[in-house]
Parts: sequence; C-alpha cells; structure tokens
Amino acid sequence: MTLIDIVFQNLIRRKARAIFVLLGLVISIATVVTLISYTRFMTSDVSEKMDTYGANILITPQTDILSLSYGGVSLGGVSYAVHELNEEDLIRISSIPDASSIAALGPVTMGAVEINGKVLLMAGMDFSVSRVLKPWWVIDGSMPEENGALIGSDAAALLSLNANDRIMVNGRELLVAGILKPTGSQDDQLMFVHLNTAQNILSKQGSISMVEVAALCNACPVNDMVKQISVVLPGAKVTAIQQVVKTRHEAISQFKSFSLVVSGVIVLVAGLVVVVTMMSSVRERTLEIGILRAIGFRRSHIIRIVMIEALLLSVLAGIIGYITGFGATHLTLIYLEHERSILLNIDPFLAFAAVALATTIGLVAGIYPSLQAAQLDPNEALRSL
Amino acid sequence: MAFIIAENLKKTYGVGEASVDAVHSMSFSIQEGEFIAIMGESGSGKSTLLSIMGAMNTPSSGTYSVDGIDVYSLDSDQRADFRREYIGFIFQSFHLIPYLSLLENVQLPLVTLNLNRKEKIRMALDALEKVGLADKAARLPNQISGGEQERTAIARAIVNDPPILLADEPTGNLDSHTAIEIMGEMQKLNASNITISSFAPPNPKMGA
Ligand SMILES: Nc1ncnc2c1ncn2[C@@H]1O[C@H](COP(=O)(O)OP(=O)(O)OP(=O)(O)O)[C@@H](O)[C@H]1O
Ligand SMILES: [Mg+2]
Repeated sequence: MTLIDIVFQNLIRRKARAIFVLLGLVISIATVVTLISYTRFMTSDVSEKMDTYGANILITPQTDILSLSYGGVSLGGVSYAVHELNEEDLIRISSIPDASSIAALGPVTMGAVEINGKVLLMAGMDFSVSRVLKPWWVIDGSMPEENGALIGSDAAALLSLNANDRIMVNGRELLVAGILKPTGSQDDQLMFVHLNTAQNILSKQGSISMVEVAALCNACPVNDMVKQISVVLPGAKVTAIQQVVKTRHEAISQFKSFSLVVSGVIVLVAGLVVVVTMMSSVRERTLEIGILRAIGFRRSHIIRIVMIEALLLSVLAGIIGYITGFGATHLTLIYLEHERSILLNIDPFLAFAAVALATTIGLVAGIYPSLQAAQLDPNEALRSL
Repeated sequence: MAFIIAENLKKTYGVGEASVDAVHSMSFSIQEGEFIAIMGESGSGKSTLLSIMGAMNTPSSGTYSVDGIDVYSLDSDQRADFRREYIGFIFQSFHLIPYLSLLENVQLPLVTLNLNRKEKIRMALDALEKVGLADKAARLPNQISGGEQERTAIARAIVNDPPILLADEPTGNLDSHTAIEIMGEMQKLNASNITISSFAPPNPKMGA
C-alpha cells in the first residue's frame, strides 16, 4: 500500500465530499470552456459573416474638387471625375497579393438622369455581388433584369413609383422591378440598374465611377489591401471604411474581455469551493491525521495525501469539465445562433488547457488545507476524540 | 546501558492557577525484553506519560532517551521517523482508519517504507496471522467485533517489529474474557521487545 492507495480508498469510500469538490470544479471548467469556445467561434465566424457588413474598401477616381456634401446635405451637383476608372482596373485589383481576401468586387457607373422631369442619380452595378456588398438591402419586388431598375425608397416616393411601373430614361424604357425598403443610407435616393444598362444610357461604355470592395475580415489585412490597390491604381483614391471593421472587432474584443472577467470570477469561486471543502475535510479527518502522524508519517506525507487527493479530483474535473463545456457550446450555438449543423472540432489545445486550469485550481486550493493538516499536533489530534 | 532512560520527566499542562501537573518528576530505566505495567486512576497521567515515551508530547523538563537517542532533541520529521522505527502504538480506542480494510490498516506503518507492494502485504498478513485475523483481512473495521479491532490494532503495532510497544489501557474497552485473551497475546508477542502498557485501577476479575 502507498500514499496514493490511501487517497483512493478515502475517495472511493467517502464519495459524497469528493463529488461535491468534483462538481464545483466541473461546473466552473465547463463554463470557462464554453465561454472560450464561443468567443473563438465568434471570431472565426467573422470571415463568413463579414458579407453582412458590406463593402469595406472604396475606390474612387481622384477628383480636383472637394465634395460639397456633408451629412447628407449637398450643396452642388454631381462632382465630375477627372479620370474615370475602367474595366482594366478591375483586373488589376484582382491581381494584388492579398486578392484571396477579396470577397466581392463591385464596379459602379454613376450619372445623373432625368425621370418625369426630376433629376436623380443612377447607379449601374453588378447585381451578382449585391448580396455581399449590400447585405442590408430588402427589396419589394425582385432584382432587376437587363431592362429593369431598382428604385431607392426616397426616390420612389418622390417619383410616385411602384414595382412593375415603366419609366423612360433618356429614351430607353425600363421596368421598375423592385423598390428598396428604406436603408437609412444614400441608397434611398438612387436608382439602380445593371452596369451595362447604365453605361449605355449614360454613353460611358467601359467607364467606371467607383469600385466597392468587400474584404474578408478575419485575417483583416484591410490596410495592406488599401496600399496594394493604391499601387496598382495610382490614379485612384482608395479608402478603407474602417468603421465597420472596427465596430465588429470592438464587439468581439468586448465579449472577450467580458468572458475573461467572468472566467476569472468563476475560477476564483471554484478555488474557494475547493479550499472550503478540503478544509472541512481536513478538520473531519483530524483524528485520522493524528493516527498517521503517531504511526510515523512525516508532515510532508500528510501534505502529499491531501495534495494527491486535490490533484486526482481536479484532473478528473478537468476532463469531465472539458467534455461538458464542449457539449454546452454546441447547445449555446444552437440556441443563440440558431445553427443546427455547426461542426465544432475537439480542440486538443483547449482540452489540455482545461485540464491544466483545473489542475492549477485544485493544487493552489489544496495548498492551504494541506498545510493545515500537516500543522496538526499528533498528540492533540488523538485527544480530539 | 538500559534501552530506555528517563530522567526527571515532568509535564505540566497550562500555566499559573489553572496548571495541572500530569507527570511529576519521574526517573526510570527499562531493559530490552521487559514488560512494564503502568497503573493509575483516571486523570493520573498514564496517557501523558505514554505520549511522552512515544515521542508525541514534549515534556516540560527532564530528558528521555531511547537506544542512545535523545528523543526530544530531534526535529519534527526525525521524531516521526523515530516513531516509525521504534514505536508500536496500541490506542485505547483502537484508532483504526474506518475506510481502510484490516489488511490496509495493518500496512499503515509500512506505507512510508521503501518496500515493494507484495512484501508489505506479506508482512501485514503475517501480523494478522499472529493475532488470528488473517481470514478477515479484507473486512472493514466496522465489520468486526471490539476484541477483533483491538487485535487488529496490535497487529498494526507489531507489523514492523518495533523495539517498543506502547499500549494505553488496551483492555479498557473490552469485557474481561477478551481482556485476558489480549493480555496473553501481548505477553506472547513480547518475546524480546519492550512492552509498556497502562491499566485502569486493578480489576479483581483480571488474572494478569
Ligand atoms: N492537553 C492537555 N491540556 C490540559 N490538560 C491536560 C491535557 N492532557 C491531559 N491533561 C490533564 O492532565 C491530567 C492527566 O491526563 P491523562 O490523560 O494523562 O490521564 P490518564 O491517566 O490517561 O487518565 P485516563 O485513565 O482517564 O485516560 C488530567 O488532569 C488531564 O485533565
Ligand atoms: Mg488515558
């Protein structure tokens, strides 16, 4: 028989207290694992969800004049570009080193047109990427065909247009395929048609007013991409729409700090539970410790008995805690993200970290009770009963 | 030279008015093979003296040496080692560990020794054999009688053949028949070692 056998027999034959310590540790480890897995999922999910945040790089021609509009108030007509972009530029953008991070590339040709005596801005665009670039669009009706148009809500109200109406634009008849629900952006005041259609109507064949780029933002080399695009398009102005990226990242980092604080509190509480339970266990075992000391156990042997017990329980708690946390993350994702088919992989590093954390809690929490146990005077301990 | 030498051993609990002199200046020496009986009323200091002799209770004054070792000049770890090597305790209330089987309880003095598992089990079975409990080795203490618990305590005390056996009222909790049986066993096991046992005031029924 060894010290470990003594610990085992004690744990096996006095299950209730062992289970209490185990439960405290399992719950805390499982919660921490869940928080970490969920934060990780959110971070890795950004690249997939980035399209919901639309374009985050804008490429416009250099202009000689300053914009005369601010906050939606415009004091002047459409500013005219000195050098318009063209379709070759699109190919150049696709050849930058970080091209693989480009989720969508949306060329836009713009120009003013007159409809029913009112002037409005027409934007020709590639509707095949509008899902990525304009994810917030909700359309009454359908996406326009070659001869169709999509009207912003303000523009539609001003012109009293409804879906399926027909309009004449510079002598060409277009079908109003759909009306945009209000977006709160400038899109509300525009009319959208296919790129070719706009170029034909405006007689701007092959010319492009601006390019919207949506970058995948997990790796997020947006600033690098801006520089790379500036190099291939020296004549253009390339701007990163940082706000979107920043907000998303701020949200995640806030959740991360929150998880960290909550995890810290949980770890502390778990540690206290272990300390309190082990201390009452030591008190309960005063006589037993006195017997062992009388028989010739050194103080260090008593410390080892208490610490081995803490170690066994906490390693076991780490393993059960990780498995529980893994399951809880699944349930959380199903509940919060409404995704039923998420493939969550067992992360060996996280599993190891969970066991290491549990072990650390167990060992640190075991120190004080074990020292108390070793401090017992054997003669006093034997008199205690 | 005597194996155990005590000179002017004194133990006073507490201080001032409330102090209790449990052991008054005691001097004695004990040779190997002796069987010593300590008699005294309750509260006369029997347990105190035995705990001092067992290296568990530092005397207020005086010296105590065993086999040439000045026991109370040893530090805590050395005294634990001393107890393991020299002393076998038989406690008044048996003090078996409830969650360990008889075989495991008897192995306790061997746990911290550098012996292999089989050797420890063999020694413990030998000791249980000597007290006639080898067939109940797998039982827990609450599954045997009081006399059997006492005999298990004796087996535990002799398992590593210590030179000194200290027994504190070993028969106090037993009926007279069992007490006689136990006393006989202790004398039998006392072939060459020192046995020191305390007893409550003489019991007329006890033929020891
Ligand atoms: N730790 C202690 N603190 C204070 N007083 C003590 C302590 N231990 C013993 N005493 C006192 O010392 C005296 C001797 O006690 P001890 O336990 O040695 O007696 P005993 O002869 O073994 O008695 P019993 O036959 O009842 O076991 C008693 O008066 C007791 O109250
Ligand atoms: Mg006593």
